[in-house]
Amino acid sequence: MLEVKNLHATVDGKQILNGLDLVVDKGEVHAIMGPNGSGKSTLAYVMAGKPGYEVTQGQILLDGEDILAMHSDERAAKGLFLAFQYPLEIPGVATMTFLRTALNAQRKKRGEAELSTPEFLKLVRDAAGKLEIDMEMLRRGVNVGFSGGEKKRNEILQMALLQPRLCVLDETDSGLDIDALKIVSDGVNRLRSPDRSMLVITHYQRLLDHIVPDVVHVLSAGRIVKTGGKELALELEASGYAQFQGEAAHAS
Amino acid sequence: MNAEIRNIKTNAELALAEAYSAGKTRLPGGRNVVALREEAAARFDALGLPHRRVEEWKYTDLRALMREARPIAGAPDAAGIARAKDAGKRIGDMDARRIVFVDGTFVAELSDLADLSPGLTIRSMAQALAACDPLVEAHLGKVVPPEREGVVALNTALMRDGAVVHVAKGATVERPIHLVFATTGQTPASVFTRSLVVIEAGARVMLVESHDASAGHQVNTALELVVGDKAHVDHIKITGGPSDLVHVSSLMASVGAHARFNDFAFNIGGGVVRNQTFVRFDGEGTLAGLRGASLLNGKQHVDSTLVVDHQAPGCQSREVFATVLDGESRGVFQGKIVVRPHAQQTDARMMTRALLLSDEAEADSKPELEIFADDVQCGHGATSGALDEDLKFYLMARGIPETDAEALLVQAFVGEAIEGIEHAGLRDALMEQVVAWLWARGG
Repeated sequence: MLEVKNLHATVDGKQILNGLDLVVDKGEVHAIMGPNGSGKSTLAYVMAGKPGYEVTQGQILLDGEDILAMHSDERAAKGLFLAFQYPLEIPGVATMTFLRTALNAQRKKRGEAELSTPEFLKLVRDAAGKLEIDMEMLRRGVNVGFSGGEKKRNEILQMALLQPRLCVLDETDSGLDIDALKIVSDGVNRLRSPDRSMLVITHYQRLLDHIVPDVVHVLSAGRIVKTGGKELALELEASGYAQFQGEAAHAS
Repeated sequence: MNAEIRNIKTNAELALAEAYSAGKTRLPGGRNVVALREEAAARFDALGLPHRRVEEWKYTDLRALMREARPIAGAPDAAGIARAKDAGKRIGDMDARRIVFVDGTFVAELSDLADLSPGLTIRSMAQALAACDPLVEAHLGKVVPPEREGVVALNTALMRDGAVVHVAKGATVERPIHLVFATTGQTPASVFTRSLVVIEAGARVMLVESHDASAGHQVNTALELVVGDKAHVDHIKITGGPSDLVHVSSLMASVGAHARFNDFAFNIGGGVVRNQTFVRFDGEGTLAGLRGASLLNGKQHVDSTLVVDHQAPGCQSREVFATVLDGESRGVFQGKIVVRPHAQQTDARMMTRALLLSDEAEADSKPELEIFADDVQCGHGATSGALDEDLKFYLMARGIPETDAEALLVQAFVGEAIEGIEHAGLRDALMEQVVAWLWARGG
């Protein structure tokens, strides 16, 4: 599904990713953990194609196809979804309009028919209900006046509607209280499927109690320095990241 | 020595003065109107076309932008009238009473004057001037007359036709009145229209002006508006036209006590456009919204200038202007709020925002507050900037192509100002205009 090969990337001329290699197979959930500044969010943004994040070397293959030459919208239509750490507010664009425009743009690019209004409304109502999102909120501007938890739930709602094949969740647990964390995690878990892969980026282990990964990677100084099973997350929780920062320093 | 330096008159100024002297005997109006015209012509002779050394016009040097004056348009022929049949379509399918002016002349056959609701009177300015209409005698040239204003003086000297609308005390006019001003002439001409609208106490009306023009025209239009105590008036002006159109518009409005006045200016065309608005609050407790949205491209120059004069206490005014600039266009916003010494508890806020879609576009904002009372709330803000790249990325990351993402953000930007229009159907119609503009931009 996803192959990241020898990825090097810079932000504002500063080298952040230093030869990152990663393979996520179909249906798997991988966690990426690491200290602040290790390049976790940079990896997420580089995958989604954010301007200013420049790949200097390496490849990102989605089902064997290099996505680096594609615009962000084309990557999304190919099935890549990034749940933002800090979802943006867009005053004046109603969430409903935003959702519908996004869904139909992706369908159009894939050569599928646009959804009718009743079909669309049914989809939204079902997905929103499961995430305990009030339909009234969706008539407001995107994320405008939403709490931190509501914004994250709105990200998962978008993910549920767009049905991506590869989900990248960037610190989805940040800013969530226990109840919100549970709603968001349940929402993510419902989307786990043999056809869908996930990359869960997090600083803390607690999210991984709810979204249990198949594989855990440790990212440090822009490369994967250790890979293991879900128990690696617990190990890190106990010992911290300090040991890997040393390791990365040696490696680079 | 007189310190005032008299400029050498430009060709345009000479031609306009000549057009007045040669044509004045054929212009409509009785003795009082002749005196009004003479006085205005003398004022124009002294002031000339406004230029950059006139503070209120420093960003819009009309004298430089209008080197030649077009000959004054004559009455339209049958072909011209036929071409105007579809004018005013920007309001969409909103049901409204159409009153149509072609090349500055009222055209009865395109207008709907049947079954006027009780209390509503509409007639043409040319008829009213010729008939020494008492309403015209009482108000014309007297509603918030701006000082030292050459284009208003020129309009008064050369005004030919326009609408005279009266809504009697307490009357509610359910169906909006749509004044459609079209020029369809195939040779460039200049047009001077003047309207007077008097809304008596407690009356309710919605008035829409649509302006469109054929190539090379110069339009000078003015509206005097009297909003009575407790009246509720919506006034929306929509201006379009070709890129070589010069359109200068003056709105002079006096607003009574406990009234509601909502003004909106939508600009979506023209080469040089100046909308100047002079509003005076004469009575306390009035709410007024003065808003606008402009979409500019190419070499368009659009200037929105407001003078809001709080002469009475306890009035609230809100000004919200949004301008989208593409190409090498230039947008100007000048907003002046004056609060007189006894106008306590005034609440006046002004916000102007410019969205620059190109590196060559330019936005100038000049907010001014002149406050002589001590218990007031006044504020102003101005922003200008490019589209937010982070927002664009967020939309694109959801699969929305770049041009669609930009279009959504521009719609959101303009939408905030358009929200100020109370009529939902007209809001939708104007948003459709915005979408069409974005498509034409190369969506």
